[in-house]
Amino acid sequence: MRERADAVQPAPMRAAAGWFADARARRRYVIALTILIVLSTGFGIGLLAWDNPMPFGTSGFWRIAELRFTNVLVMIIVAVCQAVATVSFQTVATNRIVTPSILGFESLYRAVQTSSVYLFGIAGLVAMQGLLQFGIQIAVMVALAMLLYGWLLTGRYANLQIMLLIGIVIGGGLGAVATFMQRLLTPSEFDVLAARLFGNISNADASYLPLAVPLCVVASALLWMRARRLNVMALGADTANALGVNHRRELMITLFLVAVLMATSTALVGPMTFLGFLVATLAYQFAGSDDHRLVFPVAVLTAFTILSGAYFVMRNIFYAQGVVSIIIELVGGVVFLIVILRKGRL
Amino acid sequence: MITIENVRRDYATDVAIGPVDLVIPEGGITALIGPNGAGKSTLLTMAGRLMGMDAGSIAIAGYDVASTKSADLAKIVSILRQENHFVTRLTVRQLVGFGRFPHSKGRLTRADEDIISRSIDFLDLGLLEHRYLDELSGGQRQRAYVAMVLAQDTAVVLLDEPLNNLDMKHAVTMMAQLRRAADELGRTIVIVLHDINFAAHYADHICAMKDGQVVEFGTPAEIMTDDVLTRVFETPVQVIDGPHGPLAVYY
Repeated sequence: MRERADAVQPAPMRAAAGWFADARARRRYVIALTILIVLSTGFGIGLLAWDNPMPFGTSGFWRIAELRFTNVLVMIIVAVCQAVATVSFQTVATNRIVTPSILGFESLYRAVQTSSVYLFGIAGLVAMQGLLQFGIQIAVMVALAMLLYGWLLTGRYANLQIMLLIGIVIGGGLGAVATFMQRLLTPSEFDVLAARLFGNISNADASYLPLAVPLCVVASALLWMRARRLNVMALGADTANALGVNHRRELMITLFLVAVLMATSTALVGPMTFLGFLVATLAYQFAGSDDHRLVFPVAVLTAFTILSGAYFVMRNIFYAQGVVSIIIELVGGVVFLIVILRKGRL
Repeated sequence: MITIENVRRDYATDVAIGPVDLVIPEGGITALIGPNGAGKSTLLTMAGRLMGMDAGSIAIAGYDVASTKSADLAKIVSILRQENHFVTRLTVRQLVGFGRFPHSKGRLTRADEDIISRSIDFLDLGLLEHRYLDELSGGQRQRAYVAMVLAQDTAVVLLDEPLNNLDMKHAVTMMAQLRRAADELGRTIVIVLHDINFAAHYADHICAMKDGQVVEFGTPAEIMTDDVLTRVFETPVQVIDGPHGPLAVYY
């Protein structure tokens, strides 16, 4: 747009300091975005309509599509949460190979689920369901994360690396406790628990959506509005402060919003360790630019395409929708390695 | 222009910077010199409000750096530190564009683009403006960072050892460009330098620091004496007359 404004002016023509290095990068971005929109719309409609036993247009058809729509909506929420949270987190951590899972949300989720089965049996897991419990789980995860940030980022030796390290240690500790409790469960209890410990879209309960949707929309909208400031945050604390961005304040706000998004996604469908990581890496490759206003949409669409694509294939071709997250992690890992090896750097 | 009053920063019970009292005048180039660990970078970083102080106050153009909003301060003072490594992959022009952030908040206007172009031309980077930073040599990259700081369009520019890693030619070019920025653009430039001869030739004022204290402040002529330099650097220094002014010989 800016270039068009330039063309009107007779003043010296110089390409603006926009976020595309040149016209080729801009074309590439538009193509990538179009492909992603087509793919995600295709998979989305495919999930709703494919293999629908009722003839198209009948009331039965719409009823079935409506039932399936819950699943698609959950995928959209997970895609937005994971994509926006991971991209923002990597930016404020100024590190492109970390993931917010490091902060221990997933270990906390595992520990909460495991201990409820351990202490109260399968009835305990049932008692963990419900909108209130869902809200409490999110609140606990966010509170834990904010406690960690607040403590580690406001001291004199405030240091993001130490925070990440402590997050890993806490995560490892919770994971060990959970594993220990799992050893003591009966096989049938363990079986029920195991199903909840793998990220699975079907874990989501439609009754959670009235809380999950607003949390996801508000937190990601706030991050989107901060996209320009996030661009500056990516330059590191000193440069951000020198350019008049209050780095610590911005860091706390961003981490809070990331915590809300990650907690919502984890409490909704369970751990998706590799999805955000994979999506952020691919999004930077596809977008060919580091401007958050360009990367966010690509990341969200990539996440939705991967989720819905994997789900569609698993459900309609291999009849094994339970293993979607396992497939995503497997394929994601391979793609990630290929990307790294081809590019030769992170 | 920069008033430093009773500033102190403690590192350990026996290691501290300050108390420093110093007034850096408006206009021209002021060089901070001194041995390693004298506190030059620390003082500069505190003046640029990137580091807090334990006591005292620093005011730039009448604005107290501790209490003025960072966003407002960014229009008065810009600072470039030694280590600059970004995860973001940027072209020179995109980097320099960030210098406009305090003014445009990321929405670059035509006026911003003009200032960006001028800063790039000022540092002679016109041909490189669409190259990525990781494709440039260390000297070119250093010039790009300085261009970004100039694009911020602040009255005061603080530079922490911008000549690091620069060879003879690029160091001289950089100092000449900074001299022009001070003369033609009217900036007040405070710069940490290691080479005393560069300071003597290009600076208007020299501030010598040692063990966290300001020990000398004056014009190059006042500082460039055997006695003062030997005392400051704790190594025998002899000042001789060179073709372009006094030269310190210390080897």
